[in-house]
Amino acid sequence: MMGLETHPGFGSPPREEMESLALSDTPSDYRSAMSSSLSAAAADGGDPLLSPPGPLSGASSSSFLDPPSYADVVFSPLDGQNGAAPDRPSPCRGISFPRSDRAAASEYARIAVSDPQKEQDAVNALVPGGGAYFTYLITSRTRAGGVEFRVRRRFRDVVTLADRLAEAYRGFFIPPRPDKNVVESQVMQKHEFVEQRRSALEKYLWKLGVHPVIGKSDELRVFLQAPGKLPLPTSTDMASRMLDGAVRLPKQLFGEGPAGYVTPQDAVQPAKGGRDLLRIFKELKQSVTNDWGGAKPPVVEEDKEFLERKYKMQDLEQQLSTASKQAEALVKAQQDIGETMGELGLAFIKLNKFENDEAVYISQRVRAADAKRVATAAVKASRLYRELNAQTVKHLDILHEYLGLMLAVHSAFSDRASALLTVQTLMSDLSSLHTRIEKLEVASSKIFGGDRSRMRKVEELKETIRVTEDAKCCALREYERIKENNRSELERLDRERHDDFLSMLKGFVKNQAGYAEKLANVWAAVAEETSGYA
Amino acid sequence: MISPQRSPPGSSSQSPRSPSAPPFLSVTVTDPVKLGNGVQAYISYRVITKTNLPEYQGPEKIVIRRYSDFVWLHDRLAEKYKGIFIPPLPEKSAVEKFRFSAEFIEMRRQALDIFINRIASHPQLKQSEDLRTFLQEDEETMERARFQETGIFKKKPADLIQIFKDVQSKVSDVVLGKEKPVEESNPEYEKLKHYIFELEDHLAEAQKQAYRLVKRHRELGQSLSDFGKAIKLLGACEGDSIGKVFSDLGSKSELLSIKLQKENDRNQLVMQAHNLLMNFEEPLKDYVRAVQSIKATMVDRANAFRQQCELAETTKLKEINLDKLMLMRSEKAMEAEIEYKELKAESEEATRRFETIVKLMSEEMVRFQEQKTADLGLAFHEFAKGQAKLANEIADAWRSLIPKIDACSPSLCS
Repeated sequence: MMGLETHPGFGSPPREEMESLALSDTPSDYRSAMSSSLSAAAADGGDPLLSPPGPLSGASSSSFLDPPSYADVVFSPLDGQNGAAPDRPSPCRGISFPRSDRAAASEYARIAVSDPQKEQDAVNALVPGGGAYFTYLITSRTRAGGVEFRVRRRFRDVVTLADRLAEAYRGFFIPPRPDKNVVESQVMQKHEFVEQRRSALEKYLWKLGVHPVIGKSDELRVFLQAPGKLPLPTSTDMASRMLDGAVRLPKQLFGEGPAGYVTPQDAVQPAKGGRDLLRIFKELKQSVTNDWGGAKPPVVEEDKEFLERKYKMQDLEQQLSTASKQAEALVKAQQDIGETMGELGLAFIKLNKFENDEAVYISQRVRAADAKRVATAAVKASRLYRELNAQTVKHLDILHEYLGLMLAVHSAFSDRASALLTVQTLMSDLSSLHTRIEKLEVASSKIFGGDRSRMRKVEELKETIRVTEDAKCCALREYERIKENNRSELERLDRERHDDFLSMLKGFVKNQAGYAEKLANVWAAVAEETSGYA
Repeated sequence: MISPQRSPPGSSSQSPRSPSAPPFLSVTVTDPVKLGNGVQAYISYRVITKTNLPEYQGPEKIVIRRYSDFVWLHDRLAEKYKGIFIPPLPEKSAVEKFRFSAEFIEMRRQALDIFINRIASHPQLKQSEDLRTFLQEDEETMERARFQETGIFKKKPADLIQIFKDVQSKVSDVVLGKEKPVEESNPEYEKLKHYIFELEDHLAEAQKQAYRLVKRHRELGQSLSDFGKAIKLLGACEGDSIGKVFSDLGSKSELLSIKLQKENDRNQLVMQAHNLLMNFEEPLKDYVRAVQSIKATMVDRANAFRQQCELAETTKLKEINLDKLMLMRSEKAMEAEIEYKELKAESEEATRRFETIVKLMSEEMVRFQEQKTADLGLAFHEFAKGQAKLANEIADAWRSLIPKIDACSPSLCS
């Protein structure tokens, strides 16, 4: 983490401009601490970790050298060339990503979100305050092509993208999209909110781009590259779905032929609220049957390994949540101590000025000089704490990220559960159909010469069975597919998490060690200068 | 700054009573013990005096004293040595709960030790009889002396009359339209007053921040410890070697201590918080108290000045009256002359008292400034030393983890 050791000019000459110490605007919570700390670190322009550590630790300094890719990405405030700077408000800058190896293999070289602009929705313009929304400029470049694409999208488009991906990539751990904010249009226009959203969008798109499967998806490509209106089917709202479902329900109830049953195309989708009312009822009934352990469902989740992993995931989520909370508390404590150190420094600056102004005796001037030494050191220390914190936030943010990812895991697992439920429902449908045919055949055989209407019914049912069998095969295939997605994603998650956590721990520890060393040097100098009093 | 634990050089090699040995007086306040029960419980301290001065009863004397005994000594000195900045006492603690906490007791003991040693090394104060009483008399005598001083009986009769006179003159002042109290018009002294008042503000601010810094250290220690625990739990979800790394990091975070062997390893940050409190925040508070002591002396000076002015005026009036009587060859002239002579003596005495205070104050200011530079310098040194030591220990602790983390290569160990 102490890479680029020979970077010149990093002894960080003491900054005597106490006035530039911005003590009043430090934020009180974690998230804003993150963004302001990052910009503070960027504004200071200096990373004291890059200077060679003092003579005390000279021997071990070589162990701090990181492979260049890592150091590059983490210490970007200096080096503007690799284009990876953290959250700078300037446009057309991509985001840095600590997992540079994975980034190097991804589909996209760069995805940036910038330039929010307010636009008016023609339809709702009559409603006062309503109808205004923001669009964002999205710039991207694939690794292969090298051509830059620019499109304008609004948040609703992002929701559409997320929904389409969720449908198409069941079983995958799809990065969760930024929240919709159901707030009044007044709040919607505040600059801070827009900036937060811009930043969140950028992170989200990048995460999609870096996913080994989703990064290559058409949906993402179309989102990033298709000009004009987003050519993805929009998520239908509840109302029209209800209408749609209301039209289909009679057919489903009266079982008019194949239209009344689940078609193979439908079998590969989960039942949608409003539209597949009958299917939902059936699947609900099935799940109740499963729960109450009536007839054992024909296919069960018997993948023990999966179940084990599922429990592990739950455990992991629990611990991530706690760790994430404690990380926030730690960040706050570091911020507080830095602030107080700064205030202490200021108090001694004032004392120094006062004693110098009012000095009658030499001893006062000596004391004033001592006070100034301590004040300077305290202000330096305060800055160091702020920088330490900015770095800490970057490292520990991985905890928050993985916590967010747990949502995706839940989704993927529930995709699997619902696919299984569909299979089970179809199988029990089939079995009841067979039973009905049997009953009809028995009844018909009792009538001499056959029962024409009953036989006709049997033929219809046999047709339905055929369709349902197909549907069941599709559903089963889908279920297996999702199972496989789950499995490969779990493996990927374990692998990536292992690497990410390792680099988090490493980064955190090196960060703490590095800054502690710097602090020690600052204070050792003052201790030396005041040693005459001991 | 007197370091109470050190004995002056060369004292051990010579017999304490030999006339050629340099005179020394060294006092230690130590060994706080809680005595009494319930509401009447208090802390008693052992006061050990080592000296070769002839006025004292022997080379070494040990007595038991409590906080109120120190207060008695302080008040007696304040009475008798007007013009001298009496070393300040630590505050009485208002909060019941806190009164017997180990930290408070230690802080007070240290402050009392510093207090008594400052007196013992002050050129005038160390000759005080009250100091000798304090350092040598047995506990019963001390208790009796203490009780005599309580309440208004503290003031001598002459002082009571003076208080009356003050009230009288105040009334007459108001009647005569002279509402403003009589004050010195010495520009240098004005500057000094202004300086002292503003100094107190600056110091109070610094002390406040120092106290806050102590708290922040404790908080950081606590949050690192909590974080460490959470990391350990998280590590338990991971397998094998990376889990071990988590566990090690967690432990480091909790303790940040490597060398302590006691059953309860204490968090380094918490320890530094205590160190900060004793050796940095407390000296700043002491500085504030010293400034307040100066303010008390300023009040004495103002009173002395006023007394001097009033007596001078009264004397003048009496003189005029006497001359009148003598001119008239009145029988009252004899009486008046005696009264006049008495008053004149008093007036001269008041003037002497005032001038003594002025002279002492200017000497004391030099001493004060020098002493405070040394005191604050030491406090700064301890502060910087403590911070450097803490930071080094933290750096060492974290560094020791790095080889373990490095040993765990990505995606290969699990």
